Amino acid sequence: MSREAVLATIRRSLGRGPLPPDQTAMLLGRLACHPRGLIPARSRLPRPEQIALFVRSVEKEYGTVERLADLAAVPGAIADYLARQNLPTDLVVGPHPELLALPWSERPLLRLHTGRAEATDIVGVQQAFAAVAETGTLMLPSAPVRPTTLNLLVETEIILLRASRIVGAYEEAWDLLRAAQQDGETARFMPRNVMLVTGPSRSADIEQTLELGAHGPRRLHIVLIEDDAAPSGET
Amino acid sequence: MLPNSPAFKKNASAALADAGLQRALERTKPHFQHRRAAAVAALPEFEELREIGREIKDHTLENLDFYLETWAENVAKAGGEVHWCATAADAREAVLGICRGVGAKVVTKGKSMISEEIGINDFLEANGITPVETDLGEYIIQLGHEPPSHIIAPAFHLNREDWEARFRAAHRDLPADRVFHERHDILTEARDELRQRFLAADVGITGANFLIAETGSSVIVTNEGNGDLTQTLPKVHIVLASIEKMLPTLEDASVLLRLLARSATGQDFSVYTTFSTGPRRPGDLDGPEQYHVVLLDNGRSAMLGTEFQDMLRCIRCSACMNHCPVFGVVGGHAYGWVYPGPMGAVLTPALIGVDKAGHLPNASTFCGRCESVCPMKIPLPGMMRHWREREFERHLGPPFVRRNLALWAWLARRPGIYRLATRAAALALGLAGRRHGRFRRLPLAGGWTAGRDLPAPEGETFFSRYRRQGRSGR
Ligand code: SF4
Repeated sequence: MSREAVLATIRRSLGRGPLPPDQTAMLLGRLACHPRGLIPARSRLPRPEQIALFVRSVEKEYGTVERLADLAAVPGAIADYLARQNLPTDLVVGPHPELLALPWSERPLLRLHTGRAEATDIVGVQQAFAAVAETGTLMLPSAPVRPTTLNLLVETEIILLRASRIVGAYEEAWDLLRAAQQDGETARFMPRNVMLVTGPSRSADIEQTLELGAHGPRRLHIVLIEDDAAPSGET
Repeated sequence: MLPNSPAFKKNASAALADAGLQRALERTKPHFQHRRAAAVAALPEFEELREIGREIKDHTLENLDFYLETWAENVAKAGGEVHWCATAADAREAVLGICRGVGAKVVTKGKSMISEEIGINDFLEANGITPVETDLGEYIIQLGHEPPSHIIAPAFHLNREDWEARFRAAHRDLPADRVFHERHDILTEARDELRQRFLAADVGITGANFLIAETGSSVIVTNEGNGDLTQTLPKVHIVLASIEKMLPTLEDASVLLRLLARSATGQDFSVYTTFSTGPRRPGDLDGPEQYHVVLLDNGRSAMLGTEFQDMLRCIRCSACMNHCPVFGVVGGHAYGWVYPGPMGAVLTPALIGVDKAGHLPNASTFCGRCESVCPMKIPLPGMMRHWREREFERHLGPPFVRRNLALWAWLARRPGIYRLATRAAALALGLAGRRHGRFRRLPLAGGWTAGRDLPAPEGETFFSRYRRQGRSGR
């Protein structure tokens, strides 16, 4: 009922009836090809510099980045990071195959369980789908292997990111998402939840002064795997 | 929230006399202005993006019926439900219906201006459901039973002592002798308190910065992560969104997101920008089981096709109020309803009626700074002028103002008498103010001179000077 009323007022205010078929076809065409607006020049860089821009942007927003040559070094790097920060060694690890395949047993001091995060979890490890150099932003689409609670309930969030998954602009990350999850049906590539995360949680509500760790993680630590030796075609 | 906008003059006087508020304003104003300026300077394409952003929004508004229908179809395909609501009352009923459907007792809330606009908190409370604000700023003002004073910094008017006092009064189960050394202690206490609420809530209500037609998504932008916890942990997620939040595609959203955080807090990007599309999918380990969007019109569709259509481009960044000299001295509460500052002065009369809010467009110096910083290039001063005209036409102004405007109009239409009168006035004021060059006090203009001096004229009118210099060829 209300639906018809709202639509009718919109059309009356715009001084027209329902759109003619050719206009509708034009709008459907625009949705189908989803044209890009302007992409700022700041991220149009050769690969190494694009990755460096990503790292700089994360650090500007109070995140930390550790660059590693290969996946085998990840458990050791995480154990050392936790020791440096004086953090507990109990981890909740996202059930992503890339995380499960890591040689965790080489670091027996790390006690891990896999799954979603609960309010009692202190440190979590999550796999990143992609990242955007423009603003140092991680793209974390929800999936059975990438539960959303891992981005939210833990105090320290550790992210595994492959350098080859860093793109320049948001638009390029959307293209990766479209390509990965497209199932042929319109508009169904979109997961239930896509979080774009830039640095740890914060608030400036108390006297306009920035404090980290408002409701989400206080620390965001990115373990970056240098798997991007060969320059990719995308710039 | 019941509008108190007609009392703007009284509210403003009270605000000027409020030392705590003035301290907060002093602190906040430069903070927002400097940070925005720095962020904009660091992005050379900012101006071009404003232009593109405006085109995207104009295109969407011209085809709003199509995009709303397409979006609603895609929400349904993703397993969500859209509740179309023409009025605030419809929206309140829709929210209550969903809450009752799951027997909800506690509802957590992310920050939403629509929630203030429809007054959902009082309504839920009256119906036995406890709403808990989870944005830190919203939480502290909820504890003080007051409305937000700013659209993105709702508690900017409070100082540290206010936070402490309210926390001590509200969190009675905590040791009374605990100390708040740092701001961080306040933050930690709020985090712990609210964590329990997040876990106990049956329903989570968030706003929406954007709706995406292409995917049927709603988008929230936060720095705390409270909106995400609100929508992830409970069984039910309700999105409160108004119709003009619509955008066609993810690419269009990307353009506006580049403008939003820079204009608002001066960040390049907010910490959490989250796109939600329907409820939990098969195999998901978390996320809500139900996803509802309560879609509110509440007078917006009637603004289309009028001189106020441009206002529907607003992305609620708050740049206009952060740069407004009037907001900068009276704060947000003086405006008497949900939306303060220049955007509120234009939007409030459209939503609640020019009779209830007609004074707000007068709260302007017409300096034009709001329009120059507005990322969506909304001609705010021009629209305030339209409202003033409507107010005058409908005889809604105070008799004193109307009488004097009428006198001025009579004078202005009679150039000879006008020049004579202004020459006499300039001469008299020029003579009287010769000594100091300015007036600290003037009869009949006490209100004006209370806050500033009036420079004394040099004894000559513009017209006579023009004639003199025009003759001498300069
Ligand atoms: S009117 Fe413009 S500047 Fe003001 S809140 Fe809206 S978009 Fe921002």
